[in-house]
Amino acid sequence: MSALEPMVCAPRPPSSVLFADVRVLDPRAGIDERRDVLVRDGEIAELGAPASLEAPHGAETLSGEGRLLVPAFFDPHVHLRTPGQEHKEDLESGTRAAAAGGYAGVIAMPNTDPVLDSAPLLRSLRDAAAREARVAVGFLPAITRGLAGEQLSEMAELRREGALGFTDDGRPVASAGMLRKALQYQRLCGGVIVLHEEDPTLSRGGSMNEGPVSAALGIAGIPTVSESTMVARDAALAGWEEARVHFQHLSCAASVAALAQAKAHGHSVSGEVTPHHLLLTEEDVRGMDTSMKMNPPLAGEADRRALVEGILSGVIDCIATDHAPHARDEKEVPFEQAPMGTTGLETAFAALHTGLVLPGILGLERLIALMGAGAALFGLPEPGIAVGAPADLALIDLGARWVAGEHGWESRSENCCFAGRALCGRVLVTVCRGAVVHRDRVLAPVGA
Amino acid sequence: MKHLLSIEDLDREAIERIVSQAERFAEVSDREIKTVPALRGRMVLNLFYEASTRTRSSFELAAKRLSADVVNFAAGGSSVEKGESLKDTVLTLSAHKPDAIVLRTPWAGASELVSRWCSAAIVNAGDGKHEHPTQALLDVYTLRRRLGDFAGASIWIVGDVAHSRVARSNVLAFQRMGARVTLAGPPTLIPRDIQSLGCEVRYDLEELPSADIVYALRMQRERMTETWVPSMREYAGWYQINGRRLRPGQVLMHPGPVNRGVELSGEVVDSPQAVITAQVEAGVVVRMAVLYELLARSRDAAEPAAVRPAGPVGEQAGSEPQDRGGAERAAGASLHEGLPA
Repeated sequence: MSALEPMVCAPRPPSSVLFADVRVLDPRAGIDERRDVLVRDGEIAELGAPASLEAPHGAETLSGEGRLLVPAFFDPHVHLRTPGQEHKEDLESGTRAAAAGGYAGVIAMPNTDPVLDSAPLLRSLRDAAAREARVAVGFLPAITRGLAGEQLSEMAELRREGALGFTDDGRPVASAGMLRKALQYQRLCGGVIVLHEEDPTLSRGGSMNEGPVSAALGIAGIPTVSESTMVARDAALAGWEEARVHFQHLSCAASVAALAQAKAHGHSVSGEVTPHHLLLTEEDVRGMDTSMKMNPPLAGEADRRALVEGILSGVIDCIATDHAPHARDEKEVPFEQAPMGTTGLETAFAALHTGLVLPGILGLERLIALMGAGAALFGLPEPGIAVGAPADLALIDLGARWVAGEHGWESRSENCCFAGRALCGRVLVTVCRGAVVHRDRVLAPVGA
Repeated sequence: MKHLLSIEDLDREAIERIVSQAERFAEVSDREIKTVPALRGRMVLNLFYEASTRTRSSFELAAKRLSADVVNFAAGGSSVEKGESLKDTVLTLSAHKPDAIVLRTPWAGASELVSRWCSAAIVNAGDGKHEHPTQALLDVYTLRRRLGDFAGASIWIVGDVAHSRVARSNVLAFQRMGARVTLAGPPTLIPRDIQSLGCEVRYDLEELPSADIVYALRMQRERMTETWVPSMREYAGWYQINGRRLRPGQVLMHPGPVNRGVELSGEVVDSPQAVITAQVEAGVVVRMAVLYELLARSRDAAEPAAVRPAGPVGEQAGSEPQDRGGAERAAGASLHEGLPA
């Protein structure tokens, strides 16, 4: 139904770059070999054996020395805060952060001010992205007007104007009847219905996971059943209406089980998980660091393990950061007063590489696949490394050690739950649509 | 000790040191002239974001008995109502260079946060539903006076544990002192997994007779409208400590203010088993000891030559006699010899 290209970024002159002797890893194509890769005119122009390709006149050569070249990542869940909250992030700063994390595509959430729930606003955002965005941005307008959960937004018109789907992210669609209408309407307009799952009658007043840590801190807890009961409810509704539903930021074992069951029933459902839910638990909240406050909250160790199992088994389809920037003064308050959210674009790969790949829990190839798998869930082509393919690439130094945040952030905000942690693995270069959109400081261009 | 933020930061030795100091101050309280010059010239700032009568006034009295200057800052009617953040308020008030800030807020962890923003010693006078460490210390003090060493005793804390900072601090403090703690109350008001603190949980009072000490928590009326319990009547029926439930020999405590007829019946409040008034009295001397520990003792530790074994305030009385010290001596209580070590 959508007539427009749903992903938008600012046009840039194509770069000519020869990645000389890099380890090319493309999980979908089944490639893991050292190659020379030439990017020219927006696409992957040539692939060859190491030292086989010559850099054309004017092309830059990036000596790979075995560094990893992978299809650029795709994040189906980011908050770019525009319009209305540009003091936290905007399209330019948010996509700069995405580029620094190796992403060539992100999907922005509609809980802005005003809420993205109308075609004129979507048009203006796409126009802004076409001027400012460093990587491609797609948009998910609201399912219900103003995220109020009472009346559908004009979904068909929004789809025609380029909406990838719809979400009330930040809030659940609390009413099953309301959600059912959206799922029915999806038959007309298409697009994925994307759900933040939380039963507000169970979560109300809570600031963290309900468990031993909330009991010790005297902070009202959010029980994991607040999420898992809604996943189960909405998976059943999706099955009943034969609708396409995607579950955001799954955070507990029971939600993984509910998703697995829905998939076993053949429902058209998918799910994502964040790096922080895969790597951190409620124990990390004990110090009441507001960077550890997010929704859904960090749960227990058994839940974390179930989420890791979920990506290993394939029940969970992709990794999403839920990049949620907040200004320093908004987070520099007592824990219960702080807004929920952590940034994540700039640390996602390094954190997961350090926390899951290096200890041997998750294969590198599988991580790369999960970091890009969000695109296909929205019907978008997944970046791949093949001659003639659009050049969406990330060059990574797997051995680079750094401390998250030590040199600041590309994001306008610094509320990162991994800040201060020693990480291993760093994105050096990101190419989006054939243009270099990120270059790490260690690779300052010669003569520039 | 730089701050008092949580009982978690204190070991048994530190608790006993503060309680013993409070016992020394208690002797001063019985005299005609109740002040000592230990904190003369120091400033204590009471910063209260929640209504509080007894905690604030007992901190104020404690500071004044130690001859400190006291400034009370209540969030109501101040720039806080104009939207000033906690951080900006603390930075603004820090310009007056307080030596200690006594902080009461509705937010867990606020006092720890404030301790990172300024150089004053921070005393947590209640941070949300997290902790109320001076209440726990005065409860330990009260029990020690009544029972002596209460290691091995069984202490039941009964009532609305979920919303009680007193419960959390007391579980930790009583356990540090060697007691066994049981939390009892309606299942809706006992936090899930609270057993991880090392205490037992009961949802009825059948085994209450096994307790040596019964600590009733205040039941707030709004808990009923929020449907935590069906009614005050039903709550009282199942959890009220009354003459029928309180066994002879058990010590009854309550942090106040009491709802007579709800968590406690009038008869037990007035019975000799209740130490509720003693708890209030303990409030001042224990808070004196806390302020002394943070402001005077740490300074003594930094200047060991100035420490005199005879008494905690001997240094000041001996080195620079002042008018007030003279008044005390005139009243027959030389500070130097007045405070038993």
